[in-house]
Amino acid sequence: MRFFRFSRKNLCIPYALYLILFVVAPLLVLFYYAFTDGQGRFTCGNLTGFFTDPNTLGTLCYSFAIAIATTIVCLLLAYPVAYILATGHFKTKSVVVMLFVLPMWINFSLRITALKEVLTLLEGNLARYPFFNTVIGMTYDFLPFMILPIYTTISKLDSALLEAALDLGAGSVQAFLHVTLPLSVPGILSGISMVFLPAMTNYVVLDMLYNSTYIMGSLIGSYFSAYNWHGGSMIALILLAIICLFTLLNGEAEESSARGGALL
Amino acid sequence: MMRKIGKASCLLLVLLFLYLPIFLLALYSFTDATNIGAIRGFSLHNYKTLFTTPELLQMIFGTLLLAIVSAIFATLLGTLGAVGAFYSQKSVSKAIATMNQIPVVNADVVTGFSICILLVVVCGLSKETFIPLLVGHVTLSAPFVYLSVVPKIRQMDPSIYEAALDLGATPAAALVKVVIPQITQGILSGFGLAVTLSLDDYFIATYTKPATFDTISTYVVNATKGSQTTIKTALWALSTVIFLAVVVVVTIMNFRAEKPEKERSEA
Repeated sequence: MRFFRFSRKNLCIPYALYLILFVVAPLLVLFYYAFTDGQGRFTCGNLTGFFTDPNTLGTLCYSFAIAIATTIVCLLLAYPVAYILATGHFKTKSVVVMLFVLPMWINFSLRITALKEVLTLLEGNLARYPFFNTVIGMTYDFLPFMILPIYTTISKLDSALLEAALDLGAGSVQAFLHVTLPLSVPGILSGISMVFLPAMTNYVVLDMLYNSTYIMGSLIGSYFSAYNWHGGSMIALILLAIICLFTLLNGEAEESSARGGALL
Repeated sequence: MMRKIGKASCLLLVLLFLYLPIFLLALYSFTDATNIGAIRGFSLHNYKTLFTTPELLQMIFGTLLLAIVSAIFATLLGTLGAVGAFYSQKSVSKAIATMNQIPVVNADVVTGFSICILLVVVCGLSKETFIPLLVGHVTLSAPFVYLSVVPKIRQMDPSIYEAALDLGATPAAALVKVVIPQITQGILSGFGLAVTLSLDDYFIATYTKPATFDTISTYVVNATKGSQTTIKTALWALSTVIFLAVVVVVTIMNFRAEKPEKERSEA
């Protein structure tokens, strides 16, 4: 019995080792590379280089702009949809919800190809409106990830709260603003973290839409193609810092349940 | 009535945005057209190209094989980790949960790049061995398996396991016959998630794949930049096939998910 209790715990050893080897160790190596130069000497050059080079700084600002715009557009589109889906009473509800989630399972590169063809048909030359097209492309890619967590949060709300508000004399708009909206904030936050961070790094969308790259993720790509491991590590580390900051701000409440819950 | 129409049209508009490109592409995949908008006759040549070009077939089966193999490893590791962590001391299980969270919140670019640095640059492992690619995809998906198994273990009634021990089952037998069946649903959905994550991945594959190997994502991204129209339109056919496959799989899964619930409520 004692022996077994010991061994049942031991089941987690392979996974713990795996995580240490392939999750923690790579980050430590990243850290080492970011602060050393080609000869292995300690340097802060990569860090200061990033913040003094107008190109990389511009890319950082541009990624923030893209990510913020994408998040806002996604939120504006996703909230009404999630709200209608969660509060509506119709027979085919599960099918309709499934329709909104389904695109997540289709390979994103193929979906972006489809979007590219349509945008080319509408606009001719895609490079004419780079910012606009990027935001459209990213919204197209990430929208389901915003809808799902908000939908889940609103459907779990206790309807008694809303009824109480209405009974106590609130109008339906007031009730929405003071009850439903504040209570759906966790879903909104989790949706934002599912959209904002990928929008900063997912450079393939831009790359595919008009063969050019201006966001943070693409910097890693360009250092990678140039075999500049030290510069690339520094960019990765800066991204990691942004991600950590964002995650901490967001609180641990939602723990990425949305992406995990994608399979419903 | 007006409100209902307003709500329905809001849903329809967003659905149109999500599906119109896919449907247009599907429609044009059955023609000779090389870009959307041109009107041409019906043709199946895209499908013929898709299913007869060795390069395309190799890429599709390579992607599927990678997804399944990496999902098996991820499911094994993630499930063992979740079960083990649940029965460990608080500090151990907390440490595992924290490490598990890193790849989940991390950008795929950073995960892929850091694994490439460790295995290829520091350890000198060749990408041609497929090991960096496999490790990358397992790292991407194992945490999600862990996350989908953990809630199932928490829901489990611990007294059933103890009852099995009292009735004479060996601890290992109790684990296999009592614990595993109760978390099977979590394991399966974790496996499904692992497969889809691997199929959809672009970034980890770019940084860790062998030069001669392509997954669907890396292939499509390169193909859209090129000017080979036969390949480009064959990919429209691929997109249509994948769309249909996803619809079929999702429909089947929904039916199966609804059935046991009904049986339970009847019982």
